[in-house]
Amino acid sequence: MPSKPKINTKGYWRKNLQTLFILLFIWFLVSFGFGVLWVDELNQIRMGGFKLGFWFAQQGSIYVFVLLIFVYVYRMNKLDREYDVHED
Amino acid sequence: MEILTWTYLLVGISFAIYIGIAIWTRAGSTKEFYVAGGGVSPLANGMATAADWMSAASFISMAGIISFAGYDGSVYLMGWTGGYVLLALLLAPYLRKFGKFTVPDFVGDRYYSKTAKIVAVICALFISFTYVAGQMRGVGIVFSRYLEVPIEWGVVIGMCIVFFYAVLGGMKGITYTQVAQYCVLIFAYMVPAIFISMQLTGNPIPQLGLGGEVSDGTYLLDKLDGVLADLGFAEYTSGRKGVMDIFMITLALMVGTAGLPHVIVRFFTVPKVKDARLSAGYALVFIAILYTTAPAIAAFGIYNAINSTSEKKISELPTWISTWQKTDLIQVEDKNGDGLVQYLPDQEKNELSIDRDIMVLASPEIAELPNWVVGLVAAGAMAAALSTAAGLLLVISTSVSRDLFKTFKPEISEKKELRIARIAAAGAVILAGYFGVNPPGFVAQVVAFAFGLAAASFFPVIIMGIFSDRINKEGAIAGMLTGLVFTLAYIIFFKFISPELNTAEHWWFGVSPEGIGSIGMILNFLVCILVSSFTPAPPPEVQEMVQEIRIPRGAGEASQH
Repeated sequence: MPSKPKINTKGYWRKNLQTLFILLFIWFLVSFGFGVLWVDELNQIRMGGFKLGFWFAQQGSIYVFVLLIFVYVYRMNKLDREYDVHED
Repeated sequence: MEILTWTYLLVGISFAIYIGIAIWTRAGSTKEFYVAGGGVSPLANGMATAADWMSAASFISMAGIISFAGYDGSVYLMGWTGGYVLLALLLAPYLRKFGKFTVPDFVGDRYYSKTAKIVAVICALFISFTYVAGQMRGVGIVFSRYLEVPIEWGVVIGMCIVFFYAVLGGMKGITYTQVAQYCVLIFAYMVPAIFISMQLTGNPIPQLGLGGEVSDGTYLLDKLDGVLADLGFAEYTSGRKGVMDIFMITLALMVGTAGLPHVIVRFFTVPKVKDARLSAGYALVFIAILYTTAPAIAAFGIYNAINSTSEKKISELPTWISTWQKTDLIQVEDKNGDGLVQYLPDQEKNELSIDRDIMVLASPEIAELPNWVVGLVAAGAMAAALSTAAGLLLVISTSVSRDLFKTFKPEISEKKELRIARIAAAGAVILAGYFGVNPPGFVAQVVAFAFGLAAASFFPVIIMGIFSDRINKEGAIAGMLTGLVFTLAYIIFFKFISPELNTAEHWWFGVSPEGIGSIGMILNFLVCILVSSFTPAPPPEVQEMVQEIRIPRGAGEASQH
């Protein structure tokens, strides 16, 4: 293995935590926010045959969850390369 | 062909495939047995994780629970999917980088303590055992309903199949069998859902059909709200549980999902950190297909059931109702003798009782689909139960052979360790089978609580083990024990000691025993941080290890030591 160049692990970790914070905020918002805490307010709004709060609780939050993981994967792969901590 | 012939044929073919895969992927080393050699592709691992995760309860019962709970059923939908976000973002990549085989491995190393490891092993065994007993029961019930054999025989047949491929193949055999099982179960779940959606709303996609219009031009959900309200039930789309309770149950299920050992261990099987992240994404896609379809089946099911029975002549009920009456899953009793069926909230006057499992089990008949679809649903339910049982059995055998045996006798050879792992798996199959045949009355209830316990014990110490280098063994042990004891005590008090007090006004902060794991988790965090701040910091090599697992580079394959 070639000699290790200096890696900015502190910066990498800070960026990682920032990403986590934003994504987990959205995670909380769509499920606990839209699906539980403000479900009655959102139910006043309609989206086709769905009341919006009900839709978030039984459908929408799940779609957003899937999206969040893939955004995380994309963002972290980029970050890994930026800070030169990627594998292989 | 008859329904029974089709069922035997399809279940038989699926079993032959599982056994074939098991023989083909036989495990030769402990590494293959524990983590499939660490060489599983993220896509295959995602599929296997989904099958591992979705149990007989997800497949057979969840839609029916939602049918009767309406909006309140959302706790399961959000709870059992949202946990994967936590898993992908907070746990999987770091545990993969850590690179050993089990959750107790991590707890033991990160908290440099055998005591912490033993506490973790006990939690893992307890959670896995309660869970697996429920699965074996599920296998037995599916067998007895579809193949018309006694439940006991069903459990024994299921035991033989699981025994064969879990004991022989280890994680490697289980992983590839689960991939096949996922395909079977998702196909079996979707086919009836698509046809019912088409019949009711004209839209072949159940997720959209749920928001579609029924034949008279009103939206399905509005119609359902109206029909239920007319009969005196609560509206389908509004909740009956308190907001606080819904919040806490959802949180407990999410965090519990992320703390379940048989789910976490799946992310040790992929080659890289990058793959662990991606694999969690694939897993959730595969899970979401079923979990977004379930609420549609739920609404279609209750709509169909009410529409075809309420105020209808008993002599003219559709044939699927009389078919399932034989199994006692549907009961019709003409209490007021008017020859019509009344479906009402008042138990004294209600004449129709429907088991929640009907919504999925009878779905092919409700949609008037050909007989082979019934056989397909049977094979799918079996796949869901078997795949989860196998994953759990592996955790049990690994806990025994590696976390217990090897911790106390580190010098045993690999060959011997592999033999012990196989014997432990065999022992666990037999024990699980015993509980499947003679279920203790509390099993069904305890399975739901396994999540609360996982949330209150594992999740906080793993998270803090990664995101803080200051948390030490004293804090971790005190935290785990506090979370576990508090949650267990609350559940035991309300469920077993004073069940008569188990109502909202007696609960602390309005949180039911199902949701108390969330409070246990918060306590675990607090105690852990508090105790750690009064006791010495972890040794430097542990702090270094924490820094090491935070960056992806240098993740070898899951290592022996």
